[in-house]
Amino acid sequence: MLDALTLVTGVAALLLALWCGWAAFRDQPTKDWHFIGMAVVLLLALVQLVIGVVALARGDKPDQGTTIFVAYLLGAFACIPAAGFMSLAERTRWGSVTAAAGGIVLAVLEVRLYDIWGG
Amino acid sequence: MASVRQNTAQDENTVRDEPAGRPARTRLISGPGMLLVWLYGVMVVGAVSRSVYQIATGFDRAPLAYSLSALAGVVYGFITYTLVRGGERARRAALVCCAAELVGVLTVGTWTLVEPSAFPDATVWSDYGMGYIFIPVLLPLSALYWLRASRTRQPDAS
Repeated sequence: MLDALTLVTGVAALLLALWCGWAAFRDQPTKDWHFIGMAVVLLLALVQLVIGVVALARGDKPDQGTTIFVAYLLGAFACIPAAGFMSLAERTRWGSVTAAAGGIVLAVLEVRLYDIWGG
Repeated sequence: MASVRQNTAQDENTVRDEPAGRPARTRLISGPGMLLVWLYGVMVVGAVSRSVYQIATGFDRAPLAYSLSALAGVVYGFITYTLVRGGERARRAALVCCAAELVGVLTVGTWTLVEPSAFPDATVWSDYGMGYIFIPVLLPLSALYWLRASRTRQPDAS
């Protein structure tokens, strides 16, 4: 369950990065639709956070330690909103680049989460 | 679509004009600066949280590596602060720190390759930051470029 969600969130983050990267390529800022996309990815990260905590509460142990696992879950959850607000503050193509970088960072975090959980 | 594009162009102009209107501070986070702040912010969280965890749980295992990670985190934090703050002095401080950061990455990167036995565990700067998709070595280079460009863009800010 958690592995599947990690995969989906990672792929969604990469798609978001491509989409925002495309906006940057066309010299455009992020728009409403991009923010809706970010909301979808954020929702996935939130579901992942909840399911991860539930899995811990039920007694499952991540391969590389609970502290690191929770830290990465929180980081993955905070990643997209932080990048989103920065792209709101920078209404040029560079805001789109920042949002795209946020998607890439989240994808990397998902790969690390997969390793930490030991899927 | 057309109106949105026009807005973009206007926004860009206002962003560019804004610092000239204000007397004191060069704005360092407009345009590409925002991307730099984001990446530096990510590195701050990465380096600081990693070194705090490692130092708290097993400092004796690789004291040198963990201390270097902590140092990297502090440098990243300071650069992020100077970028957000803006102004000529902050810009100069950031230039110095980015140069120090670059030297650090190159030194530690070479060190880990030449003398791996000194590092039982990896640092943020091991192998030129390969564990962080080489962001640690690319970031200071782009930041130095951006900070130098910021001066020529706004010569009256000093």
